[in-house]
Amino acid sequence: MISQFFVLSQRGDNIVFRDYRGEVPKGSAEIFFRKVKFWKEDGEEEAPPVFNVDGVNYFHVKVVGLLFVATTRVNVSPSLVLELLQRIARVIKDYLGVLNEDSLRKNFVLVYELLDEVIDFGYVQTTSTELLKSYVFNEPLVVDAARLQPLSPAAIFMQGTKRMPGTAVTKSVVANEPGGRKREEIFVDIIEKISVTFSSSGYILTSEIDGTIQMKSYLSGNPEIRLALNEDLSIGRGDYRSSFGSGSVILDDCNFHESVRLDNFDLDRTLTLVPPDGEFPVMNYRMTQEFKPPFRINTLIEEAGALKAEVILKVSAEFPSSITANTIIVQMPLPKYTTRVNFELEPGALGQTTDFKEANRRLEWGLKKIVGGSEHTLRAKLTFSQELHGNITKEAGPVSMTFTIPMYNASRLQVKYLQIAKKSSTYNPYRWVRYVTQANSYVARI
Amino acid sequence: MAPPAQTNRSPSPSQPSGKSEVTDLKSQLRQLAGSRLPGVDDSKRELFKKVISYMTIGIDVSSVFGEMVMCSATSDIVLKKMCYLYVGNYAKVNPDLALLTINFLQRDCKDEDPMIRGLALRSLGSLNVANLVEYLVGPLNAGLKDNNSYVRIVAVIGVLKLYHISVTTCIDADFPAVLKHLLLNDQDAQVVANCLLALQEIWNGEASTSEEALKEREALLSKPLIYYLLNRIKEFSEWAQCLVLDLAVKYVPADSNEIFDIMNLLEDRLQHANGAVVLATAKVFLHMTLSMTDVHQQVYERIKAPLLTLVSSGSPEQSYAVLSHLHLLVMRAPYVFSSDYKHFYCQYNEPSYVKKLKLEMLTAVANESSTYEIVTELCEYAANVDIPIARESIRAVGKIALQQYDVNAIVDRLLQFLEMEKDYVLVKDLLRKYPQWSHDCIAVVGNISSQNVQEPKAKAALIWMLGEYSQDMSDAPYILESLTENWDEEHSAEVRLHLLTAVMKCFFKRPPETQKALGVALAAGLADFHQDVHDRALFYYRLLQHNVTVAERVVNPPKQAVSVFADTQSSEIKDRIFDEFNSLSVVYQKPSYMFTDKEHRGPFEFSDELGNLAIRTESDVPVHVVEANDKDLLLGTSEKEESRGSGTNGSAYTAPLYDTSLLSTATQVQPELPISNPAAAGLSPQSSLAIDDLLGLGLPAPPAPSPAPSPPSLKLNAGAVLDPGTFQQKWRQLPICLSEAYLTVSPTGLVLIFVMDRSLLQELSVSPQGAAALTTPQALLRHMQGHSIQCIASGGQSPNLKFFFFAQKAEESSIFLIECKINTSSAKTQITIKADDQSMSQAFSTLFQSALSRFGTS
Repeated sequence: MISQFFVLSQRGDNIVFRDYRGEVPKGSAEIFFRKVKFWKEDGEEEAPPVFNVDGVNYFHVKVVGLLFVATTRVNVSPSLVLELLQRIARVIKDYLGVLNEDSLRKNFVLVYELLDEVIDFGYVQTTSTELLKSYVFNEPLVVDAARLQPLSPAAIFMQGTKRMPGTAVTKSVVANEPGGRKREEIFVDIIEKISVTFSSSGYILTSEIDGTIQMKSYLSGNPEIRLALNEDLSIGRGDYRSSFGSGSVILDDCNFHESVRLDNFDLDRTLTLVPPDGEFPVMNYRMTQEFKPPFRINTLIEEAGALKAEVILKVSAEFPSSITANTIIVQMPLPKYTTRVNFELEPGALGQTTDFKEANRRLEWGLKKIVGGSEHTLRAKLTFSQELHGNITKEAGPVSMTFTIPMYNASRLQVKYLQIAKKSSTYNPYRWVRYVTQANSYVARI
Repeated sequence: MAPPAQTNRSPSPSQPSGKSEVTDLKSQLRQLAGSRLPGVDDSKRELFKKVISYMTIGIDVSSVFGEMVMCSATSDIVLKKMCYLYVGNYAKVNPDLALLTINFLQRDCKDEDPMIRGLALRSLGSLNVANLVEYLVGPLNAGLKDNNSYVRIVAVIGVLKLYHISVTTCIDADFPAVLKHLLLNDQDAQVVANCLLALQEIWNGEASTSEEALKEREALLSKPLIYYLLNRIKEFSEWAQCLVLDLAVKYVPADSNEIFDIMNLLEDRLQHANGAVVLATAKVFLHMTLSMTDVHQQVYERIKAPLLTLVSSGSPEQSYAVLSHLHLLVMRAPYVFSSDYKHFYCQYNEPSYVKKLKLEMLTAVANESSTYEIVTELCEYAANVDIPIARESIRAVGKIALQQYDVNAIVDRLLQFLEMEKDYVLVKDLLRKYPQWSHDCIAVVGNISSQNVQEPKAKAALIWMLGEYSQDMSDAPYILESLTENWDEEHSAEVRLHLLTAVMKCFFKRPPETQKALGVALAAGLADFHQDVHDRALFYYRLLQHNVTVAERVVNPPKQAVSVFADTQSSEIKDRIFDEFNSLSVVYQKPSYMFTDKEHRGPFEFSDELGNLAIRTESDVPVHVVEANDKDLLLGTSEKEESRGSGTNGSAYTAPLYDTSLLSTATQVQPELPISNPAAAGLSPQSSLAIDDLLGLGLPAPPAPSPAPSPPSLKLNAGAVLDPGTFQQKWRQLPICLSEAYLTVSPTGLVLIFVMDRSLLQELSVSPQGAAALTTPQALLRHMQGHSIQCIASGGQSPNLKFFFFAQKAEESSIFLIECKINTSSAKTQITIKADDQSMSQAFSTLFQSALSRFGTS
């Protein structure tokens, strides 16, 4: 049971504010914002998603830079409230097509309408985009998606959140296309976030894939859908045991959306569901089975005199040349006495940027794209203001990397086919099945 | 960045400053109110939007209330909704104007469109104006019977709103009965869910004053209802499923078959993508199997994978909530997770609140086979650019070292950190545990310049080492001297306290060299504005004045290696947090009474809550107690005869002597007690106990003709009264328990002594018969009442029972508070005693133990 719900902009302005029970004093949004902003004086620590100030519990999730907040005095389930906040954000996105400060401000009346139905007197009533459709009357004012700064996955990661940009689809579930008729289509995205830690000798210490099969359906009449996965897929408890090369895909564990029926899952690895409107995860899965990492990172550090050193970073793409990774960023913390860095890119380098962030002593190397099979090198000459204490490797590193690789999935989990129950012989909606792999925590120690 | 308060109120181009704009709106609204021109709804929409956007950013637009109501005569549903939203927000501050809205809301409640009916009913309930409740009853009654489920859903919540505006109106209109009917009969799952939550809130609110409400609340836990809901669980929305699962946690299954049935039924809920559903299910599994050790272990294994999946699939915020629960489980049963340690490795981009949890989990799961790898991983974090995390990582390594495994290698690595000027605290702790390394460490510590150490904890630790090992560090007195000379620049009181003690210690070892520093330190300490520093300086000063040898014994006693460092949390608190699984208590790592007030503990907090047990004593304590005692007297004898008949052996009587000074007729009874012959024990002890009951309880306060001169003469007031609120307050005020107190002790041990007197934590055994007889808490409650010890709350599930008792010293107001945890299968009991009058706590402890040890044998 929650008492209030509100959305704050990055500057702390109320965009929507709804009080359901009147149990929490009015100034709560200000108290909350100040607390989050100044969590620790040194700014080194982020406020946790749940905290208590004077008996009031504040929950928040960050979505595209906005703060979705709930308050309550009751000792509720934190998971429930945080799930709810995330879900509210998703429902709003379903309606508005694009979720950002601009679209939210333009459509705040619609958001109020949604909030009225989602929560009554602090209790969740429904978060189903589908059910809500019959109770919501405002037409969304669509924000021009093209004018928006693209929220590339890399940009999202830099805000320190793991949330996926979801599908590229930015149209509302309720708004009609210009031209009247709605296009019959369904999107299935297999999104994998991979985490790999390499030891200083290049050996893989840990690796994990966190995947989601995300669906967004614009099909009318709610037809039933069958989704077939790899037949050799197995689900068991992996204790980081190696099973590379056996050919089959072994998931450690997975969970499913409410609408999914698993009647045939054990038999032929098919999922049946009637997809509700809006975007939702059909299945989340986790895999610690060994896989071939898409990138190898080599770091070489040479000390050149007492106050100088050279860092050579080499990134090699170990995936087929038909595939291209984009928005790659390689980062490396440098010793704190570093005062200057001179970069040297390989001859003929295109679309590459280098930067030395003095504030947090960090080297940043950006590459627009990397084609499979290729290799790129960066040389950085460091100058220190003081002699280092000892080993430079103890004061620098590790090297971390973020990237997005479309049409590539590390787990080899596949959607073999997507069957839509036919309404008529001419009914043939568009089906989009897309794969994307992103770095979650991709780290090479030095 | 300016604080939001200013941003909101300062006149900025995009945001109106208030007054003039509102007046403007008012006149525009007035113009539109009567208009019937085409397109007027569109203009109204624009104006309404403006009003609501002002409302959102905190500008008071209550002055346009009248105009808004006038404009609300429309068929445009979007306009209606905005108007309802506005009215709901301002009705409370404008009760008179709110009356204006009743008319159109009531009319809309009868609209033919169910959507309008529902909306109007919801808004009617949200008016929250006490003198308008009469207008609410009719529409609610109709709404509950509406044939559209949307309207019923809204109406059920409406009843709850009414309850909060006016309890009597809600109860008098018999709404709870209607909800009860709907709960069992409505076809719509959301109506059922809303009935459940509304009834829970209503009965919870009423339970403290009404016997009937209490029964109704119990009835929600009846087997048929629980099964009815659980069998339909998939029809409910994921949120309502959580509600049902929370209810199921409170249900006590009759036997293990039932437990397995329920678990099988809920098994697939663990595969749900919603973390709240999974955690609620996990709670059911964990709590139902508490008494089945093997199955409980299997539950841990079963829920592990789904929880790990949730941690890695959601947003960082969602992960954090689940990870906090995993953290709790890991801390309770580290061995279950010993092979999963890689899941708790930190990722470089995780927020620090996640990393901190993971570091603690890594520390907990480290065992012989994984220590090496874990320590290696932790050492990587130590080089992290994130300084607080680097520090925590090193401490984690230190903690693992303290845990026992492969210490040599770890100490080596820690010493490297020391050279890198990273951390000192854990070296101190290490030295306290493994004094044999002092020489290695000291060589390093000697080289550290105290100027470079800034963090107070680290500095304090460094100073501790200087004091403790001053005989081995040639410079120690001089370093300390220079530190004392800069006394005023040291901002941390903790550091100053340590400095005082270190100088003292150094003085005893190397008097001539330290004398000057000691003089400076004591003078500075006496002039210190910080109370503790001042007091300690004064204490040292007087101690030295009194007798230097005694002072040395106090300040610098020979140290024993510390074998186990006290945990930061007592097991009582940990158990309480586990009881509150899937709540904020887990995230905050505090039981709910520490951060919420009583009425907000949770929508459905039952028996194990101290506060909610008020019903036992709140109303009419003395009468109640006497009644119970009368009953006890009657029942007592017959029960006693039975147990006697079944051949109790006399060994129980060898338990500590019952403090007979309790009895006014002590001399008569005393000789009976030591009898250890079962045959001879046949009659007399039994009759004497009957007298005991009679005398101890029948009289409000024992007349007490001077009792036998037994050493701790402590008499208890048989009719002691204490309300739960006071109990709770006292329990919190007095130090919680020994183990926690220990951590706060400074190396001098001064505080410790103090705490030990006030709170005694002990373990003792109940007699096996006693444990066996403890099938219901009531038996023990009656027994203890027979010894003038009253129970204020009890809870837990067999075999782990928990009781809170209190007793009052006869003819004095001094109160004793007791927490008593009994494990009936192992017959082990742990008691914590807190007392107003600390000098009597030992005597009371003896009394309590002897009373307890006689349970089941009499």
